Amino acid sequence: MITEIGHYALVLALALAIVQSAAPLWGVWRRDAALMATARPVAAAQFLLVALSFAALTHAYLISDFSLLNVVENSHSAKPLIYKISGVWGNHEGSMLLWVLILALFGALVAVGSRAMPLDLAAAVLSVQAWIGAAFLTFILFTSNPFLRLAQPPIEGRDLNPILQDPGLAIHPPLLYLGYVGLSITFSFAAAALICGRIDASWARFVRPWTLLAWLFLTLGIAMGSYWAYYTLGWGGFWFWDPVENASLMPWLAATALLHTAAVMEKRDALKIWTIFLAILAFSLSLLGTFLVRSGVLTSVHAFANDPARGVFILAILVFFIGGSLALFAWRAGRLRQGGIFAPVSREGALVLNNLLLTTCCATVFVGTLYPLALESVTGEKISVGAPFFNLTFGPLFAPILLVMPLGQMLAWKRGDLLGAAERLTVAVGAGFAAALVLGAIRGGPVLSVVGVAIAAYLIIGSFVEIYGRIAGRGVTLGIALARALGLPRSAWGTALAHAGVGVTLFGLAATGWGVEVVQALKSGDRMDLGPYQIEVREIAKRPGPNFEATVAPIDIRSGGVVIAQINPARRFYPARQMPTTEAGIATLGLGQVYVSLSEQNPDGSLDARLYWKPYVALIWIGALLMAMGGGLSLSDRRLRIGVARRARATAAQPAE
Amino acid sequence: MTLRLLALLAALLILTPAWAVEPGEALADPALEARARDLSTELRCLVCQNQSIDDSHAGLARDLRLLVRERLQAGDTDEQVRDFLVKRYGDFILLKPPFRFGTLLLWGAPLLVLVAGGFGLMAAARRRRVVSPAAGLSAEERARLDKLLGGGEH
Repeated sequence: MITEIGHYALVLALALAIVQSAAPLWGVWRRDAALMATARPVAAAQFLLVALSFAALTHAYLISDFSLLNVVENSHSAKPLIYKISGVWGNHEGSMLLWVLILALFGALVAVGSRAMPLDLAAAVLSVQAWIGAAFLTFILFTSNPFLRLAQPPIEGRDLNPILQDPGLAIHPPLLYLGYVGLSITFSFAAAALICGRIDASWARFVRPWTLLAWLFLTLGIAMGSYWAYYTLGWGGFWFWDPVENASLMPWLAATALLHTAAVMEKRDALKIWTIFLAILAFSLSLLGTFLVRSGVLTSVHAFANDPARGVFILAILVFFIGGSLALFAWRAGRLRQGGIFAPVSREGALVLNNLLLTTCCATVFVGTLYPLALESVTGEKISVGAPFFNLTFGPLFAPILLVMPLGQMLAWKRGDLLGAAERLTVAVGAGFAAALVLGAIRGGPVLSVVGVAIAAYLIIGSFVEIYGRIAGRGVTLGIALARALGLPRSAWGTALAHAGVGVTLFGLAATGWGVEVVQALKSGDRMDLGPYQIEVREIAKRPGPNFEATVAPIDIRSGGVVIAQINPARRFYPARQMPTTEAGIATLGLGQVYVSLSEQNPDGSLDARLYWKPYVALIWIGALLMAMGGGLSLSDRRLRIGVARRARATAAQPAE
Repeated sequence: MTLRLLALLAALLILTPAWAVEPGEALADPALEARARDLSTELRCLVCQNQSIDDSHAGLARDLRLLVRERLQAGDTDEQVRDFLVKRYGDFILLKPPFRFGTLLLWGAPLLVLVAGGFGLMAAARRRRVVSPAAGLSAEERARLDKLLGGGEH
């Protein structure tokens, strides 16, 4: 019964989405305030219905209702509770429902926060949002319905794919979807601006928090996915240039560019048309990612749901939204006035350069990901484009972004002083050289690592030089500096923190060159050196789990004879799916990690293993966390808080009364 | 040494696909082994989903790793090993696609986009520079201004 209510709610949500996609837009066209005003309550109701539907599906998973095909295919009564919940979106149908749930949630949030917005803008935004919602709800109901019943339910389910039985599943997809779907809001704003034919600094002010939010979640989602791959895929890699990873990287690059142009637009009223274009591009790339993951056109570790019919449906959605928005762009962008003039050497100029490089990076990833597909369909030739290609092309394109980043931060708006900015960065450059000298002397190793660490140190220090210049100076006491530091807008701190985060991640990446790898068959009682530590295999044992069997090799890690950590790398076997998985044993020691990953057991009882010492590796993800925290700080800036514009308007209106 | 040989033999006898770079596979000569590892990261495991043979658990990847080492021990250069594999499996095996007519656009794309974007920006900047003085006063406005100023000078 609950299942049927959920199913029905989903159908109703589709009906409401169709209403919401038409009525408010008609209102904008006819300048009918009553019609435009329908958008808000309908958006809220649509969210409630989708939430009800999602809750119904979750309920079916919780009680292991095996009369539902989706539950049978992806669940098992013995599965731990957390995976029964996260398993709801650990499959194609459920993850689409989560996608639409977040879409509806954001739509409802826009509706609630839209009272400060001009009515026609709000109506147009919510209407475009509903177009997207309607398309995906139709997709779910007609090709990927999670509520399909079975006439003869089996006694037991087929269990969730063991690789997905991991806390990572509870976190990674929701974060990533929050990012992808967040970009749908900026897309809707862009389309609405084109429909309404006007765009100004206040538009940028409404869009910027959403851009920040989407970017923040996308950053976290990608970082989380990368860490998950790192500890679960078994050989310590964290980025494989896999097509699906690329599919998430492309919107991230576009969103990063958008974040920066939106700032220019808000502060200087410049780069409007480009901002609109980027907003369209960023969401188009999110849609492309959805298509690539779910159509099965590309081989990837993420390939679940390889159904050509679904692929064609998503392709149609893709073509409609990308084609439609670009056509709208071509038709209406000319109406938007360009404003804000600036010299090439200025903050704006630096941000334009940032955009040029980021979009080129994005294009490189795009071409690299899709080229094999295109070439095969045109000439029939099969080629592979893998990590070596991307390292060779993406690296040199991204390096200048890193070098220019602190410099751009130091330049003034409108017209900057390049020499002065460079001069103030002397400290940061010095820090880079110092880091290179010290770490190069201690660790030696690959030149690329030393250079990378130097740039990282320059970035981290350089990110805060601007803030230092604003709070300290000749004759400023510590107290005053502290007071000034607290008085700075949070967005200034956010910028510095996020930029420093990029440096921190780079540090971690560069330090991979100093890692140690040992490939060996482990036996009980084995001892060996691993980087600065000594390790000892205590035993090799079999341990049963709730829905798997495991072979474990508990290992002691010693430093100077003292045991400082213990890890339990394991090899699991899931009988329901006849699948093995590898559970790496990881000990975080300082910023580095000891990483041990097991393979199958040899006939003599020993276990083939790869053992690593990875110095500073944690910095890769700590850097990403810092970037996201920077985004969060900026988001909490007073200027961007929802409702500020409304209050400002209210106070401005008072004297007139 | 004999232990390693035994391990290698054991690994060869048991043909169960197991692991990326198994303990028994490594060559005795560290320089040769390093070359083998470097080569392995650039070769695709043909039956896997976008993994190099260095990363893959599949049996085929293992066979290819052994093949690479065999060729290296026979005195092949890296280039000769690659050519040998391409002749057998086609360009598909190279994770770094070769530079030829069919991949011209692939390798050229980054530069193409960068240069085109750069020119686009320059053109946009020039257009702005041309527009901005005109945004000051039109001929008509200037005439009106002159008239007003002239009127004020009585």
